[in-house]
Amino acid sequence: MRMRGRPVTSPGFEPVAGNGLLDRRILLRSGIALAGGLTGASLARAEPLKDDPWSLAQGTTTAPIEPHSRFEQNVQRTLTNPNGEPRTQHARAPLHLLHGTVTPNELHFTIVHNGSPDIDPAKHRLVIHGMVKQPLVFTLDKLARYPMTTRMAFVECAGNSAPMFSNEPIQATIQALHGLVSNAEWTGVPLSILLDEAGLDPKAKWVIAEGADTGALDRSIPLRKCMDDALIALYQNGERIMPGNGYPMRLLLPGFEGNMNVKWLRRLLVTDQPAMTYFESRNYSPLLPTGKAYKFYFINEVKSFITHPSFGHALEGPGYYDISGLAYSGTGRIARVMVSADAGRSWAEAALQEPRLPMAFTRFRMPWRWDGQPVILQSRAWDEAGNSQPLRAEFVALRGQARTVPNVTAFTNQHYNSITSWGIGSEGEVKHVYA
Amino acid sequence: MSMPRRIAPALLAFALNVAPLAAADSPRLGAPISEADIGAWNVTVFPDGTGLPPGNGTAAAGAMVYADKGCAACHGENAAGGANVGLVGNPPLDRIEARKTIANFWANATTLFDIIRRWMPWPSPRTLSNDEVYALTAYILALNKIIGEQDVMNAQTLPKVKMPNRDNFIIRFPDRI
Repeated sequence: MRMRGRPVTSPGFEPVAGNGLLDRRILLRSGIALAGGLTGASLARAEPLKDDPWSLAQGTTTAPIEPHSRFEQNVQRTLTNPNGEPRTQHARAPLHLLHGTVTPNELHFTIVHNGSPDIDPAKHRLVIHGMVKQPLVFTLDKLARYPMTTRMAFVECAGNSAPMFSNEPIQATIQALHGLVSNAEWTGVPLSILLDEAGLDPKAKWVIAEGADTGALDRSIPLRKCMDDALIALYQNGERIMPGNGYPMRLLLPGFEGNMNVKWLRRLLVTDQPAMTYFESRNYSPLLPTGKAYKFYFINEVKSFITHPSFGHALEGPGYYDISGLAYSGTGRIARVMVSADAGRSWAEAALQEPRLPMAFTRFRMPWRWDGQPVILQSRAWDEAGNSQPLRAEFVALRGQARTVPNVTAFTNQHYNSITSWGIGSEGEVKHVYA
Repeated sequence: MSMPRRIAPALLAFALNVAPLAAADSPRLGAPISEADIGAWNVTVFPDGTGLPPGNGTAAAGAMVYADKGCAACHGENAAGGANVGLVGNPPLDRIEARKTIANFWANATTLFDIIRRWMPWPSPRTLSNDEVYALTAYILALNKIIGEQDVMNAQTLPKVKMPNRDNFIIRFPDRI
């Protein structure tokens, strides 16, 4: 499988960065050229082909809701509280087992603090009141008659990637490290339309959004975000929003931390001051090494990680691999992703899969020929606003790291957006490393 | 719709110099409601005391509510912690994983009243009287030595409670507010 000794048919197959990273432009060429350039000479000959039993028998009966293949039953969310004890329940998305950019609805991450309320959509109400000319109540049927907007958006818990604050790399899958982010197509009513109809007091500056869940979870949202791109989302990937994501309606604040995207939304209180609610006062005010803390962090900053290969995968042996991962930013489109196979000494530009949409997952790919030696894979993203994903040393200098190795499900701190590094051993095993 | 009819509301709005109104052809399908009729849902309390209801309570009364409502089942005896989080304690904020407590972290005492009224007691939220919520608030603040044992918490006194860590917050993205 080595390039050595074989004629180089195209400049694209020359490594463009250390340890075998190839030119991303080969991904844009025809399949024939790709096959010609990458087929190895040393693969064992394939077995003769014959019909398998499933090709000779009646297949399964079509169901109203299509079940997954029985061979894909391991593609599940991981749960922290499967028996619904009186504490928060987290469900992490299996990002290391998915591809593309859309998170299927039943695999979208969720965090719920009191279980998901069993809301009758015909009886659900959304009220807008406070510093408005006329408080208004909306039913789901009435909202469904409004002009709607469809857009892709990631939603990410501010505590996603918290295991990365550990002082030593925790050996865990992407699902465990970064599984509290997902990406979906959301359809809903622009909140600005409803606020305009209620008539804003010119002194209004904040909106307190509250859910219909048992704890009536609430967050203070800057009014300017509500008037910019906020949606009252009714649909998720084309179907009604899943219960764990806020059925029948949630607030969608593209790029803002997940907890602010209030689920089961029932009340919007327009005010001139923040409420300093429990979640914004405590959980989502990240503590700094100085002992001070950030408040009103709001934005999930530019971030990327390699999903393929990642911890839990194993490389079969030397040869060609498609390195692939996810990049996203709460401040716009992804502009560039660089990949390194030598722990950051050299970098090559990854191919970005279209469409690149603001505040949504972008899939990146990097052609790679592994020579079988130990390497360290990393990705680093930039967004169109000019923000770059900080290197780990930079990030730790500002935000610190834990003094001990925390439990992998612990929320050590919030808003980690630095690099993730995968060490590939000579046997093809993938370890989480800091580099 | 003829042109003159579309123009008229816009001219009217301009003449009255009011805040931007919804477009004349906005759906307008929301049903008007009065603030009084929103009452039961309006449980938000602000740091300046806006939203605090009438009533009052002391730490001694709060200790009785704490026992009577079974709060210890989750939060432990003397609110020291149990199946769920403890409500007392003041560890130093000397590491980024430090436990954030009411005493060492929370900026506003009003947040405590709000979250008790909103979320407690498990699993029957919003069943406490206002006096009971004030009493529990006083009990927990007194256990944390933020107020005195005899201090009465009500709509006037609670917003004036100075939380020890209130000045240690940095707004991360001021330009987003």
